[in-house]
Amino acid sequence: MIEVKDLYKSFDKKNILSNINFTVSNGQSIAIVGKSGAGKSILLKCLIGLIQPDRGSIYIDNKLINTMNFQQLQKIRSKIGMVFQFGALFDSMTVGENISLALKKLTKLNEDEIQQRVKNSLASVDMIDTESLMPAELSGGMKKRVGIARAIAIKPLYLFYDEPTTGLDPIMTDSINRLILKFQNTEDVTSVIVTHEMRTVYDVSDRVLLLHEGKIQYDGSPETINNVDDPVVQQFITGNSILV
Amino acid sequence: MLRVIFYPFNVLIGVLEGVGRYVELMFSMFRSFFSWHRYFSLMIDQMYHIGVLSIPIVVLTSLFSGMVTSVQAAYQFESGFVPNWFVGSIVGESVLMELAPMMTALVMTGRIGATIAAEIGTMRVSEQIDALESLSFDPLSFLILPRIIAAAVMFPVLVVIADCFGIIGGLVAAINSMDVSSQEFIRGLRNWFRPWDAWFGLIKGLFFGVAITSIACYQGYFTTGGATGVGKSTTATVVISCVSIVFLDYILAALLL
Repeated sequence: MIEVKDLYKSFDKKNILSNINFTVSNGQSIAIVGKSGAGKSILLKCLIGLIQPDRGSIYIDNKLINTMNFQQLQKIRSKIGMVFQFGALFDSMTVGENISLALKKLTKLNEDEIQQRVKNSLASVDMIDTESLMPAELSGGMKKRVGIARAIAIKPLYLFYDEPTTGLDPIMTDSINRLILKFQNTEDVTSVIVTHEMRTVYDVSDRVLLLHEGKIQYDGSPETINNVDDPVVQQFITGNSILV
Repeated sequence: MLRVIFYPFNVLIGVLEGVGRYVELMFSMFRSFFSWHRYFSLMIDQMYHIGVLSIPIVVLTSLFSGMVTSVQAAYQFESGFVPNWFVGSIVGESVLMELAPMMTALVMTGRIGATIAAEIGTMRVSEQIDALESLSFDPLSFLILPRIIAAAVMFPVLVVIADCFGIIGGLVAAINSMDVSSQEFIRGLRNWFRPWDAWFGLIKGLFFGVAITSIACYQGYFTTGGATGVGKSTTATVVISCVSIVFLDYILAALLL
């Protein structure tokens, strides 16, 4: 379970996040949406301890993570798979090495088992036989899929996605959405998806948080968001730039 | 007006903040020290990149440094008051104490410092460092510690190579530009040789190596602002390293000689 209480974060006196409160139950799939610069990615990085909030508390599995030391954070992070916006693959390593790196550190698998896990992870994102490719040889969509394979390879309890479908064509977007849904259903993970694509919200989430100017503007189900009588929410879901 | 008055103070505060962050980074680097075996292969890899691949450029620069020293010494000896075999002494002492460590450090600032800053800076702006952390790796132990240890080991080795080729260059130039035989050159070399002078050069190499790589790692690690930021970090690495090298050169000379 993830619990966020009274979270504040600012950069250079500019408030990015103000009074953020929400709870994500185990097995839930939550989408955090909002305009560019709304603080979605900052919130996600706070959740994994990459950015320290100015104020507030973040609990993962009932453990307060923002006061943890580095070693304690490492233990919590071993339960979390993070998918970065542009893949964030290590460009000096092959696809296979990118995935096996964490397995060597976080698991007690032998070399054969690690290679098998790498193959399985790549197969589950439809990237069979790409172990020896370098990240520079991959397209944007392929990088994202390898990023997902790297995140799921450690069999995490939590999967955090930072804009998993941004910049992809509709077919690739659908493919990534299906992957997220597949892991949600088969691996029983808790997912937090930062996106500004409403299609991803409808396809994969069972709850949606809309951030606006650093605050939560809407917290509810994707089915009811269309009926919300709030110009900010309506502007975002319709993509109309002159409504507000 | 107030901004102009406070500008030097703001600059000073910025510099002190930078020094503070640098010191903190250097201490934090050892927080995963007991997992050193995980990073051992990375250290060997860095020793190859920092040390072995730098040998050709170190050989070339030290060879010409020795030759220039020899030719300029010959020019000074034209008066005839100083015996020609003294050129061996001058080349030997200059190369061992100053030229080999200094030239190696300056060349390595360009070759290794800039590369490390650009590499780590690119990893920072492309979220690869965040990815490392999210995978429970300590980016400081993974990226910085192996590079600094590799430099601390390999820089003195490179200085030894520079010593040898600097003296060889000096010998070749002395034979060609002066009426000095190789025996006379070696006589001059041995006449003034003190083992401490060679050790002094090696100690300087060690300090220069740690300074260059730690500055490069620091600049790369705190890169912000995309490709422009990487460029700024690389430039800052070269400038700060060069200034630090001459500063350290003076401090070590004052302390050790």
